[in-house]
Amino acid sequence: MVARFKRQYGSGIEALSYLGQNYMVVDRSLLPNLLMQLRDDEKFDYCVDVTAVHYPKREKQFDVVWILYSFAKNERVRVKTMIGEGESLPSAVSIWPTCNWLEREVFDMFGIKFEGHPDMKRILLPDGWNGHPLRKDYGIIQQDKEWVQINLGIESGQ
Amino acid sequence: MTEATKYLSHLELGERDETFLDSNELIINMGPQHPATHGVLRVILKLDGEKVLGTECVIGYLHRGVEKIAENRTYPMFNPYVDRMDYVAAVSNGLGYCEAVEKLLNIQAPPRANYIRVILTELNRIASHQLWLGTHALDIGAITPLFYTFRDREEILKIFEKYCGARLTTHAFRIGGCLYETYEGFEREVKKFCDFVDPKIDEYEELLTTNRIWVERTKGVGVISAADCKALGVTGPVLRASGVKWDIRKALPYANYSEFDFEIPTRETGDTYDRYMVRMAEMRQSLRIIRQAVERIPEGPIMAKVPKVIKPPVGEIYHSIEAPKGELGYFIVSDGSTQPYRLRVRPPSFVNLQALDLMVRGQLVADVIAVIGTLDIVLGEVDR
Repeated sequence: MVARFKRQYGSGIEALSYLGQNYMVVDRSLLPNLLMQLRDDEKFDYCVDVTAVHYPKREKQFDVVWILYSFAKNERVRVKTMIGEGESLPSAVSIWPTCNWLEREVFDMFGIKFEGHPDMKRILLPDGWNGHPLRKDYGIIQQDKEWVQINLGIESGQ
Repeated sequence: MTEATKYLSHLELGERDETFLDSNELIINMGPQHPATHGVLRVILKLDGEKVLGTECVIGYLHRGVEKIAENRTYPMFNPYVDRMDYVAAVSNGLGYCEAVEKLLNIQAPPRANYIRVILTELNRIASHQLWLGTHALDIGAITPLFYTFRDREEILKIFEKYCGARLTTHAFRIGGCLYETYEGFEREVKKFCDFVDPKIDEYEELLTTNRIWVERTKGVGVISAADCKALGVTGPVLRASGVKWDIRKALPYANYSEFDFEIPTRETGDTYDRYMVRMAEMRQSLRIIRQAVERIPEGPIMAKVPKVIKPPVGEIYHSIEAPKGELGYFIVSDGSTQPYRLRVRPPSFVNLQALDLMVRGQLVADVIAVIGTLDIVLGEVDR
């Protein structure tokens, strides 16, 4: 599978394996075509999860990870891409509708925007909240004090 | 601006129809404080009379930032936190987490520990399904099953309490195996419980399976096709009731599930009644697994050799288990330190809840209650 992708896309794709789990690191420019191909040609018809990891010291700060599963092949694969602060990604909602809430959660927690998403807004935190808590520079007891004071009428949520 | 809020702001402007009777679309809020939402879930419903035109879920009321907490705790310290996500199936959560970290450390729990884990996890699956059945039936208007299921669930909680001292948030397993050896007479009591609850499941079925009201309220309600389930990432009993024979215990076996003989119950239509039938059959299959496990449980150590300070090598792992509600996954990124660099929980309830809109569109408002119940969501897990 990866050999075929490599022939098609050249150097933008790298296949790796750790503890028996396969994943590929792909260039941002290959999305969303690669995801579409994974669903249609490789039968990865179930998107298990979409998530991100923040590396503040890297130039491209975020890893975005798609975990895919194929019912036909009984196989899992992870697709990983790196993007920088302020960059956005193409939405995969049209490929797997389940990405709707999952992408909203990534936006909520990391501030990564997905283009073409039908309803790109926060999901777990309130709409007016300031900050994205799963970024590494967001402290564990940090909160949006202003929001808490205005909306809850208390000095602090802690 | 969404459809619902657009409509709400339109109402605030005072532009409404001449008479109340003329207005045929109505926006109402169900929850967040509503007994039938099983927690603090708010659903904005757009109604045409009794018919549902669309819904929007507002979630996050129980958000505690579990994933953020994980980044600031060591691996063993985070273990009890996972019990607080799906709190009616705390044992399953713990199993998934411990196995994920064990995979990352490249160690394996000893056979006896695996047997204990399977017995407790399957007991917990029965307890979770019993709680679901009681509350789901209560939502639809049948009060009796609640008393029956809670009476019998109590016996499972007693076993948990005797094993580890806790009834709900058990923290039963540790990374590398189990901390506690089984108590004197554990096998006998579990066996006795199996014999006790087997006819009780028939009793629940007697109350409901052919009950006219139950059948009318559930058959053909909240239908979802197998293709829609896959597209929406819906897993667990909901997927199996739509005809997909897929269970992680069989597809990608973990613990020692490959050693047991059991079946994956499925149904064809994918309506609320089918999901009920699948869960009833699952309870019986769980009993089957427990009986085999109790029969064959070996002697031996219950803890693998785990370093005093758990420091997994740099790398990442995704591990998932079949929780009572569906696929529960843990994606852990390790940077070689004592704390996870990133820990992501793939919650089944959160993903399954997304299917609510599709399942209730065009149905009656009373069916929304039935569908929320049949999805078997736990808000502690939806919001994390």
